[in-house]
Amino acid sequence: MDLRSVSVKKTNTLRQFLIGMTLVTLLSMTCFALGELVDYRVVALLLLVTVSILAVLFDILPVLAAALLSAILLNVFFIEPIPHYEITDAESVLLFLVYLFIASVNAVLTNRLRKQERKNRDREEKENTIKLYNTLLNSLSHELKTPIATIIGSIDTLKEADNSIQPTQRMELLSEMEIASTRLNSQVENLLNMSRLETGTLKLKKDWCDVNELVFLIIHKLPSADTHELIFEPDETLPLFRLDSGLMETVLNNIIHNAIRYTPKRTTIQVATAYDDNHLWLTIGDNGSGIPEREISRIFEKFYRLPNSGTGGSGLGLSIAKGFVEAHGGTVQVMSYLNRGTTFTIMIPAETSYLKSEKDDE
Amino acid sequence: MTSKPTVLIIDDEPQIRKLLEINLAGKGYLVKQAASGKEGLQMAASHLPDAVLLDLGLPDMSGHEVLRKLRGWYGRAVVILSVQNNENDIVRALDNGANDYLTKPFRVGELLARLRSAVRYNDTSSNTRLIEAGDLEVDLGARLVTRSGGVLKLTATEYNLLALLASNKGRVLTHQFLLREVWGVSFQAETQYLRVFIAQLRKKLEDDPNRPKHIITESGVGYRFQ
Repeated sequence: MDLRSVSVKKTNTLRQFLIGMTLVTLLSMTCFALGELVDYRVVALLLLVTVSILAVLFDILPVLAAALLSAILLNVFFIEPIPHYEITDAESVLLFLVYLFIASVNAVLTNRLRKQERKNRDREEKENTIKLYNTLLNSLSHELKTPIATIIGSIDTLKEADNSIQPTQRMELLSEMEIASTRLNSQVENLLNMSRLETGTLKLKKDWCDVNELVFLIIHKLPSADTHELIFEPDETLPLFRLDSGLMETVLNNIIHNAIRYTPKRTTIQVATAYDDNHLWLTIGDNGSGIPEREISRIFEKFYRLPNSGTGGSGLGLSIAKGFVEAHGGTVQVMSYLNRGTTFTIMIPAETSYLKSEKDDE
Repeated sequence: MTSKPTVLIIDDEPQIRKLLEINLAGKGYLVKQAASGKEGLQMAASHLPDAVLLDLGLPDMSGHEVLRKLRGWYGRAVVILSVQNNENDIVRALDNGANDYLTKPFRVGELLARLRSAVRYNDTSSNTRLIEAGDLEVDLGARLVTRSGGVLKLTATEYNLLALLASNKGRVLTHQFLLREVWGVSFQAETQYLRVFIAQLRKKLEDDPNRPKHIITESGVGYRFQ
């Protein structure tokens, strides 16, 4: 990693030297070709401007080299008598030195400004990272400690209240512990997924995927049967798609889960598919209360949660879903109308296969 | 045969070993424990357990290494313990001779079911020709499949696929293994065949093909018949 960045820097510096020199030479030659039309003072100013622009974009050494070259070119081609190889008279010496001085000071100052700016930007970035880190810690300590508190509390109760506790209460505590553990597990999974996205270690494992099967797999795992109505009419003509089905399972699961969590009981959630030869569309729509317009743009942000949302979410689900879809080269869009509901539309470019049973030997 | 089947647990986490021990001892297994790969290999050699529960993340050597060494001489069941979201690791272990897998966190019921079918696998020499699963019967001798008494019409490939899954009832079979055994080595990467034929089989075997009870999908790994 370090070696690579060093060599990248080297080729960058070399390229900056070349570009700087070439620009200065080209400009001088163009002015020279124009001959009498441009005065040497104009040429000097034009060269200065070029060196200044270079100083904004490039490192100090390539810029100084370009400044020196421009001073020499100015002297040779534009100061009478032309060509003018020797600097003998006081006026040309002065002109040469003053020009070189201005160009160099210009380069050094601009460079210093750039460095300062970069330092500020770095500091700002660092501050943002720390802010994000704090949000993460706050969110984490709450989201992880709540279920842990439930588990520890239940264990204490079960241990100490040996006989005073009713069998039904005992079962209740046990099922609370079960729910809390499941929640902990899914939080950890969210965090792992987030870090896979953040560190760029995510590698797609594409394979042929039966999307109908995938959707049913997710729907049947959800604990929503008694609170929400989930509708999915499989399209029997749907081809197979080449996708990372593990990631797509997380994407759909997170979006559907979100829909269940943030809509009132008895809301209908409908999953549907559409396709062409190179794309898969998945829509997840609900007829819930909708998302306020000013919140819509923020729902995919990390750790963002709607102001009125209850407990239990980490604010990571949707940003992971978006990250995984984008890893496939796809997009997620959301349309929401207050009191009418929200629809997520996922578009994924993917290879399709229409392999059908007829190819089998009877 | 000895009265109690012996299980060797190779896992460096004392809590997991404790949990496994309590549950397995309660179900009539004789439990042996090892906390490292090296110790595990020694104990496997000295106790010859009926099944080994092997954690893939060990401190001294990788679980894959232990599996490879174990498979050099040990022919009985090996069930892998792995963390979630590690399908690559699981598939690799299954392809290298592990019989089944469990992901942490696992449910105890699941653990016992896996272990039961893994231990049963040791006596496949008695070759059962008739496999039953709920309303299904697969008669390997007569190449006949019946559902609630009625004969199912299956194509040759459908039958071969089902027979392979059924004769490994309760065990997960990887995509690559199924493709290699049913279609041939050159089809190992052609998972689209597998998807299509599994969907077709489910339509014929299952009450609700969208909520399969016999052919279970193990995401990213393979299929399991039960």
